[in-house]
Amino acid sequence: MDAPARQLVIACGALAHEVTALKRMNGWTTLDVACLPPELHNRPEKIAPAVREKIRENRGRYASIFVAYGDCGTGGALDAVLAEECVERIAGAHCYEFYAGPSAFAELADAEPGTFYLTDFLLRHFDRLVIEALGIDRHPELLPVYFGNYRRLVYLAQSPKPDAEAGARAAAARLGLECVVKQTGYGDLDTSLAAFAGRQRIPVWPA
Amino acid sequence: MAEAAEGEFDLKSLDDAELVEQVHDDMYNGLKAEVEEATHIFLARGWAPDKVLNDALVEGMRIVGIDFRDGILFVPEVLLAANAMKGGMAILRPLLADTGVEPIGKIVIGTVKGDIHDIGKNLVGMMLEGAGFEVIDLGINNAAEKYLAALEEHKPDFLGMSALLTTTMPYMKVVIDELKAKNLRDKYIVLVGGAPLNEEFGKAVGADAYCRDAAIAVETAKRLLAERRARLAAAH
Repeated sequence: MDAPARQLVIACGALAHEVTALKRMNGWTTLDVACLPPELHNRPEKIAPAVREKIRENRGRYASIFVAYGDCGTGGALDAVLAEECVERIAGAHCYEFYAGPSAFAELADAEPGTFYLTDFLLRHFDRLVIEALGIDRHPELLPVYFGNYRRLVYLAQSPKPDAEAGARAAAARLGLECVVKQTGYGDLDTSLAAFAGRQRIPVWPA
Repeated sequence: MAEAAEGEFDLKSLDDAELVEQVHDDMYNGLKAEVEEATHIFLARGWAPDKVLNDALVEGMRIVGIDFRDGILFVPEVLLAANAMKGGMAILRPLLADTGVEPIGKIVIGTVKGDIHDIGKNLVGMMLEGAGFEVIDLGINNAAEKYLAALEEHKPDFLGMSALLTTTMPYMKVVIDELKAKNLRDKYIVLVGGAPLNEEFGKAVGADAYCRDAAIAVETAKRLLAERRARLAAAH
């Protein structure tokens, strides 16, 4: 009997934890995950070439490939590459949008353009990816330069963890922002991967 | 004035060429106080304010811009350098105004509706001012009506729009379409910029140019203004 064809998800490293959690929960045993460094977000122009390279590196080894990235500030460059490579990606401008859902995210953005978003990933790595990467630890005087126009922090929580909400509030306080917590679960990341895996979606938290 | 402490050196001990180079280094390292001190020294030596601005500050920031583009410097370093340049410009601005030199052009600039990210816009504004443009900064989150009102009030050569978000950048087209609807589009040179934009997007929304960074914004503004003035002169 032939082995089932394997599928590959090329994911942003910021989604690695969540994509592998969904794979485990849903029993997507034929699905492999390859991640690119989340630091690519600091240079969005490098995302599309890096994804193309990863697709070409793996094309012959998989029956199908899916990309778990938003546009992520590439200004359409990622979509242009994916069109050339005949590979689909999860819909949305960025992970905030596909976690919250497009209409809920639009409401959040419209209600307060000065909103800084955190996901579970960003909360886990807040000190390294926000405070240190922006140089705020070394130059606190830069804090108002970066965050002076922001009014609130919205934590889009993927999975319930006892300390996470307190962590989000501490992060907001560090940036001088009001804190709002929204439990989103995996949002469209879950449904998109389920469609790709071609399997019945098993409900995961939150229902 | 007290002598320089041990381990430091006195900027006054440097000759002009050395001091220019030192300002470039100090801007690169984000040392605002040192840049301000050097600015005062140049002026005390009789340098014209515009020479201090161009040779020391603008050139220093140009070097920072190149290394940012090449991935050698990152955003925090650029912001610290910009802060140092601002310190020098604050000293020079009133002196430049006193010289009575007319600005080489005027620009209304701001981030588009829904977008509060102004770091890039502020850098562009500072570099344009350094290059001799008058900059009317509308700040953040600007609706089309606000841009149009500012264009009517200030009668600039340029409209500059900035956006950081994929979700807000399409608003540039809304503003440009509004200009077209009011038959005002040809009165202004429209420049657009922001991290997710590119040349294609600039063309698609009907801008005159997309500017990848602050240095290119200055070059582009100078070039397009010269071309426009040449066209107008030829037409008369």
